[in-house]
Amino acid sequence: MEEQVAAYVAREYKQPLPPPPSEAGLPGILRKNLFATPFDAIVTVVLGLFSVWAVWKLVQWGLTTAVFTGANREACLAGEGGAVGACWAFVRAKFGQFVYGLYPIGQRWRVDITLLLLVALVLPFAIPRVPYKRLNVILLVVVFPFVALVLLTGGRFNISGGWVAFLFALAAFVSAVLAAGNAAAVPRLLKAATAMAVLSLAFLLASNIISSARVDLLAFRFSLLSLLALLAALASVVASLLSVRGTERTGAWTIRVLIPPLAVAAIIVLLSGDFGLTHVPTNLWGGLLVTLVVALTGIAASLPLGILLALGRRSHLPAIRLFSIIFIEFWRGVPLITVLFMSAFMIPLFLPDGVNFNQLLRALIGVALFSAAYMAEVIRGGLQAIPKGQHEAAQALGLGYWQMMRLIVLPQALKLVIPGIVNTFIGLFKDTSLVYIIGLADLLGTVRRGFSDPNWITPTTAATGLVFAAFVYWVFCFSMSRYSIYMERRLDTGHKR
Amino acid sequence: MTADVQTISEPRVSPMRDPRMRGLIIQIVMIIAILAFAAWLINNTVHNLAQARIASGFGFLSTRAGFDIGQVPIDYTANSSYGRALLVGITNTVLVAISGIVLATIIGFIVGIGRLSRNYLLRGLCTIYVETFRNIPPLLVILFWYFGVLSLLPHPRQAYDLPFGAYMSNRGLQTPAAIFEPMAILTLAALVVGIAGAVILAKANRRRQMQTGQFRPTFWPSVGLIIGLPLVVFILTGFPVTFEFPQATRFNLVGGWQIKPEFLSLFLALSFYTAAFIAEIVRAGIMSVSRGQTEAASALGLSRGKALRLVIVPQAFRVIIPPLTSQYLNLTKNSSLGLAVGYPELVAVGSTVLNQTGQSVEVVAVWMVVYLGLSVLVAAFMNWFNARMALVER
Repeated sequence: MEEQVAAYVAREYKQPLPPPPSEAGLPGILRKNLFATPFDAIVTVVLGLFSVWAVWKLVQWGLTTAVFTGANREACLAGEGGAVGACWAFVRAKFGQFVYGLYPIGQRWRVDITLLLLVALVLPFAIPRVPYKRLNVILLVVVFPFVALVLLTGGRFNISGGWVAFLFALAAFVSAVLAAGNAAAVPRLLKAATAMAVLSLAFLLASNIISSARVDLLAFRFSLLSLLALLAALASVVASLLSVRGTERTGAWTIRVLIPPLAVAAIIVLLSGDFGLTHVPTNLWGGLLVTLVVALTGIAASLPLGILLALGRRSHLPAIRLFSIIFIEFWRGVPLITVLFMSAFMIPLFLPDGVNFNQLLRALIGVALFSAAYMAEVIRGGLQAIPKGQHEAAQALGLGYWQMMRLIVLPQALKLVIPGIVNTFIGLFKDTSLVYIIGLADLLGTVRRGFSDPNWITPTTAATGLVFAAFVYWVFCFSMSRYSIYMERRLDTGHKR
Repeated sequence: MTADVQTISEPRVSPMRDPRMRGLIIQIVMIIAILAFAAWLINNTVHNLAQARIASGFGFLSTRAGFDIGQVPIDYTANSSYGRALLVGITNTVLVAISGIVLATIIGFIVGIGRLSRNYLLRGLCTIYVETFRNIPPLLVILFWYFGVLSLLPHPRQAYDLPFGAYMSNRGLQTPAAIFEPMAILTLAALVVGIAGAVILAKANRRRQMQTGQFRPTFWPSVGLIIGLPLVVFILTGFPVTFEFPQATRFNLVGGWQIKPEFLSLFLALSFYTAAFIAEIVRAGIMSVSRGQTEAASALGLSRGKALRLVIVPQAFRVIIPPLTSQYLNLTKNSSLGLAVGYPELVAVGSTVLNQTGQSVEVVAVWMVVYLGLSVLVAAFMNWFNARMALVER
């Protein structure tokens, strides 16, 4: 018996109907997106007229009635009955100041090289496909700051023997820790290395309290005790070296242990050496240079400090947690201006006689502490999002606290909060403009000074300069935010359902 | 059966291997280090202050200030004390912060909702607004309003005429001043009564709806109570108010209320700048309410307005409020940028006091206490509001 037969069977696909005329083509798109309802239509017409008017005014101001060339304010003054738009001649004349401040004109190539180096290091770091990321980071974070410092200031820092000894003592500690990573290292020598490093620090502490005879060595001025500290630090390094001798791959381990003291030696040579660069004091720096210096130092300082503070705030040790909370909430509760005033007026009070921080350095300290507090809160958000199981699994594997944080928790937490971190960077970059209030000449500061220059006072100078500055800030911040969106998409592995 | 019982002595562990001991040691070391650092700082400070011959302490607050302040909402003359000057500064800070918060919230909500509109043009303009203001420093916006816009306005003699007898010139905005007669107090009383009545009515109607399911209109009666009642009283008492209009004299505009350009530029800049951030918060909040909620609301037969009011907005608010709080706090703290255009808020007044007296530690302490106090106040209020709005879970 046959199955029930349908009355009608479609033997071929039906041709789709054309869309209704109200939906099709340009009129349809327009109707849907601009004139969907009467209210929409009114909004569209009003806003459309407004946009046309605004664009027309902008073009008029920035192009058709603008002045592009001229040597002084005369060029930008309106004639009889005429109106003058932007005074781009002003920006053109002051461009050098906006970028370099009062940096001597003959020496500006040093700033150029520094900026080029920065771009050359940041670009490959920012593009994920470029290899050698580890080398890149070391160059950017460790080498570049010192090179930039020497290039910009001219170097020849007067480093005291105490500082030399201190740096070597730190290097000795790092070497001892590195040597301890070798399972076959001789334990007794390792202990000796640590003891010598501690002894070195003790000598240093003593040298700060007790004055002792002066000894000159290799252009550095040591006190007797700081010289002893230096010797102890070197002895510690030697002990570390001996402890890894005779283990497997001795050569590699020797190099590893030697890296910290060699790096310190290189830094000292770099900072105190004479490279024939004339000294440029920081009060001559200005413009975009200062903006970048303040922003980059703030960024570089705030990330590690912020991580430490965030970890401290989630620590189980009540004293550390309380300290972190007070520190973070204090800085977050007050405006940056008061922080800058505080660093400008109070740091000189805090320092002992004879120690002087220049204005730029004081501002940098204020900015770094301030942004560290904000960074800490962002990172804490990431830490809170990591499930407890991750901590427990790390502990079950036998990892210590720092290993757990470094290898398991922080990589996940930081990845989660990249947008927040970049937002903090953007905020920091914008906030650098406040240093002009305490007398530093950053980009906004030089523009502000520029349009008060009697040679250039016209009704439109201020607006032109500020629009230019706004554009520069905007380019930096907007590209940072776009980059963060890009990274967010790239790193978004498995959190989206 | 004998078991070889052997007492196993606890292995000797170095205290640094015991987590509890180690924690204790780390904390003690840190506390000692912090105390030593603080002692070192205080020691240096005392020494330096003694060398500079600056007497510490807050005694200077009661000495004569001797400088004038541009905008004084409370009584102040150059003969008043430094403490009074700082109080004027605090009042001005609060003034600009509150007005800025109101305008920023209004603009922010409009722009934020506009960014979700289907209208190309509206959405595009709102996006341009947000991306522009989010990426330039607030200080620059303030300077732009002050030097780029307001100081280019004509002199008071050629001031722009605005509606209602107001004038706009490079001395700021001059509006007619309302002078209230004593009878006006009745209108104020009527307003208070009206608000109280509206609140009681709303509660009663709500209770009724909860118990019986009957709906009674609340909105229009409330409007009548809050606006109508004072209006009636106002008319009955015979318009107890007169307006003082600004008069153009030879060099200036006299009379009326004057809003100074310093205030205007700070207020406008802070509002426009913060509004961009609020817009993003609002947009994120609305987008966080899933589409299913809208569909469920319409399946229940709620009109679009009711669905917005009863379903979408309350849920969006939960997401919006915490970041909104921090934006309000940011605005309050950014009001300290008024210093750059000479608006006499706390930091500007404080820096004058600091320059005159050299009491940097004390002035900075006053700043910190006031700003931390304001932060705590705003945060406490918003936390209370948040707790009221929060989801009540089982």
